[in-house]
Amino acid sequence: MIRQTITLLRKDLLLELRGRESLPAMVLLAGTTMVILHFALGQTTVSGSIASGALWVTLLFSATLGINRLFVAEQEEGGLDAVLLTPVDRTAILAAKALTLLIFMVALELITIPAFGLLLLGPALGPTLPGLGLVLLLADLSIAAVGALVGAIAVQSRIRDLLAPLLALPLLLPVLIGAARSSAQLFAEAGPAEIPGRWPLILALYALVFGLLGVALYDNLLDD
Amino acid sequence: MTDSPTVHGRGLRRLAFLTAITLTVAYSMVFFWTPNEADQGFIQKIFYIHVPMAIVALCGFMAGGVFGFIQLRTGKRVWDMRSYVAIHLSLMLATGTLITGSIWVKASWGHWWVWDEPVLVSFLVVFLLYACYQPLRFSIEDPERQSRAASVFAVVAGAFVPLNFAAVRLAQAYTHPRTLGTTTGGMPGSMMLTFLIALVGMSLLFVTLWKFEMTSKNARMRLSSVRRRIERDYAPGGNI
Amino acid sequence: MPALPLDTAGKYVAAVYLVFMFLILIYVAIMSARLGRVEKEIAELDRLLELGDKHAKAPAETE
Repeated sequence: MIRQTITLLRKDLLLELRGRESLPAMVLLAGTTMVILHFALGQTTVSGSIASGALWVTLLFSATLGINRLFVAEQEEGGLDAVLLTPVDRTAILAAKALTLLIFMVALELITIPAFGLLLLGPALGPTLPGLGLVLLLADLSIAAVGALVGAIAVQSRIRDLLAPLLALPLLLPVLIGAARSSAQLFAEAGPAEIPGRWPLILALYALVFGLLGVALYDNLLDD
Repeated sequence: MTDSPTVHGRGLRRLAFLTAITLTVAYSMVFFWTPNEADQGFIQKIFYIHVPMAIVALCGFMAGGVFGFIQLRTGKRVWDMRSYVAIHLSLMLATGTLITGSIWVKASWGHWWVWDEPVLVSFLVVFLLYACYQPLRFSIEDPERQSRAASVFAVVAGAFVPLNFAAVRLAQAYTHPRTLGTTTGGMPGSMMLTFLIALVGMSLLFVTLWKFEMTSKNARMRLSSVRRRIERDYAPGGNI
Repeated sequence: MPALPLDTAGKYVAAVYLVFMFLILIYVAIMSARLGRVEKEIAELDRLLELGDKHAKAPAETE
């Protein structure tokens, strides 16, 4: 099954590399959102919970864009049906989609975090990075698991691009809570404070739960 | 696909009667028997509707998830109907919870909404999620796919409900110590009894409405299949 | 938490119970509307059956 996953993953990544549609759009949206936030908040720099909120709103909006694009590209070109015809393990499809989204999110963050440090963040970015990296990774795992599941549900519907954000955002709320509370500590005015241990734990558990849900449900969802 | 008319409708009349009696007893007790609470005074009476509604709505959502899971396992569409009705009714109860909760908050604090109440906030999130259920269902043409997607949604959302409550509660514990409480901790015996009867009444109401709606849906489906048979065999090309 | 005097508190409590009743009433109204449609459909089917009966008789008569 792992080989199937890797093959599918390579296919998705190659498609993106050649088409260059989803990731640039996500990055662009993130940049625009930060500019909007600057004007909307009316402040030169932000710190603490406001900084945390600004960052996570930006990341979540771009994530929903990514979720929307996760299946749609294939569905429109008939690619999904072709994959379903092969005797591929449905769970491999899930894993490939989740990993694709994970890679997109990481790539997005590699560009967005420095930009955030430059444009909006008050306190220095450097010292926050180790803790921030952990929080981002755990949150991305949840986003990937939820996104793969939600994308597969939404793609069945006529109004798929409307439904995907509407389904994903409430489901990602606990992730937002954990991530925002953690990064609020990191972005404190006086320098990064310690993250209470419960939040990373919760983030990891959430990713695990949704990963398991995906594995349990994917066979049913994609069969035709 | 449809089951015999007696499966869901069985005992419906008796159930409805029992529900009416229980609720009447419960609410009479609320107003004529239980004492006023020390702190909140008369406002506390709201809890005898608001909290049972909340509890039953949450159980209904999770039941919808269980039914959806069974549908995926067995492939029998009747479970999908059961899931749909459970979620649909729970959504109505969730709306009621939000409205009555808001009224309670206004009575206690003077605002129509506060973020301090974890239960209310969690309900808002759950409501926003389940509000997508019907748009999702009815935007999928193929009935087979519709049932499957709906059941998967029901399972995921049903699993999400307890997770969400836990997460929101944890978030609140940080910034706001829980000064308000919609839970029933430390209630004197008379209040607890009334509350339990109100809870039973609300649950009976849910089951009654659920059975009622299942029976009605079933009847409509059999009616359309009868109609198709008549149009085909008996009056082909019959003018309408 | 403030203990409101009975007259102001009463309004809110009444509002809550009224909302509850209202929700139930809406539900009953929707269900009765559906019942009305079902009855209309049954009447329609009755009519179709009669039509079918006539067609069945008419060819037999012309024979």
